[in-house]
Amino acid sequence: MRNTLAAFSSGLVFGLGLVISGMTQPSKVLGFLDVFGHWDPTLAFVIGGALVIAAPGYALLKRRHTSLLGEALRWPQANAIDLPLIGGAALFGVGWGLVGLCPGPALVNLESLSPKVFGFVLAMAIGARASDYLRRVRTSGPVMA
Amino acid sequence: MSTFDPVSATLGGLLIGLGTVLLMTLIGRTAGISGIFASALDPQHGGRAWRVAFVVGLVAAPLAVAAAGHTVAAPDMPGWAAVTAGGLLVGFGTRLSGGCTSGHGVCGIARLSPRSLVATGTFMLTAAVVVAVSRHVLGGL
Repeated sequence: MRNTLAAFSSGLVFGLGLVISGMTQPSKVLGFLDVFGHWDPTLAFVIGGALVIAAPGYALLKRRHTSLLGEALRWPQANAIDLPLIGGAALFGVGWGLVGLCPGPALVNLESLSPKVFGFVLAMAIGARASDYLRRVRTSGPVMA
Repeated sequence: MSTFDPVSATLGGLLIGLGTVLLMTLIGRTAGISGIFASALDPQHGGRAWRVAFVVGLVAAPLAVAAAGHTVAAPDMPGWAAVTAGGLLVGFGTRLSGGCTSGHGVCGIARLSPRSLVATGTFMLTAAVVVAVSRHVLGGL
């Protein structure tokens, strides 16, 4: 229960950041990505602001072994720079450039009850499940000899 | 369209960083939203409760902003074809590369992970190419 409340609070603070920064508005994000148009630097300030807190915060936390609520600190272990990383990031970027929404802002925008936001999140879920399914098939070995 | 406001952009960014650090400080998890979302949907996945709670927190944020008396503009979405293709690509691509703007762009870069730096550079580049082509070559979707 405490973990659930902690996760809710963290999500709320994160979501407030997305709303206040304007990153839930696709046109603001596309304005940043439009380097040949009327460029909007907002996203750079948002990521910069996030890193001002997250980089030293993470550096301090690296010295600890357990969280305040007694959980193990789970740092990502993957370090391969391979085709799935680059290909996946490239595909993500194409989708991001088409709409101007990445997963966080898409979920925050569910609150708007916009049918297109629900459509986007549903498509995102289908894409994610398809990707996970393909990975399971591939890592469990070839189906045909 | 709304104009560039460095104060709200930076303040929002600081809150995103704070939410990221809170999640690690309290329960030891990285705030990678594509991963949290996908695992929250997976019925075979253990530990869904905190992930669902994090997503509920995200969705509650605009309600809190509205309750504080500020208007939250409705998102300006493109047509259904772009929405559908974009959603599929965002879901598929983020799972394949193991992260999105939050997981690679904030959490990964905060740790100076070379993997996340490469991923972030890649998705920024392809997104910028798509916007350049759709706006300046094809003349808007």
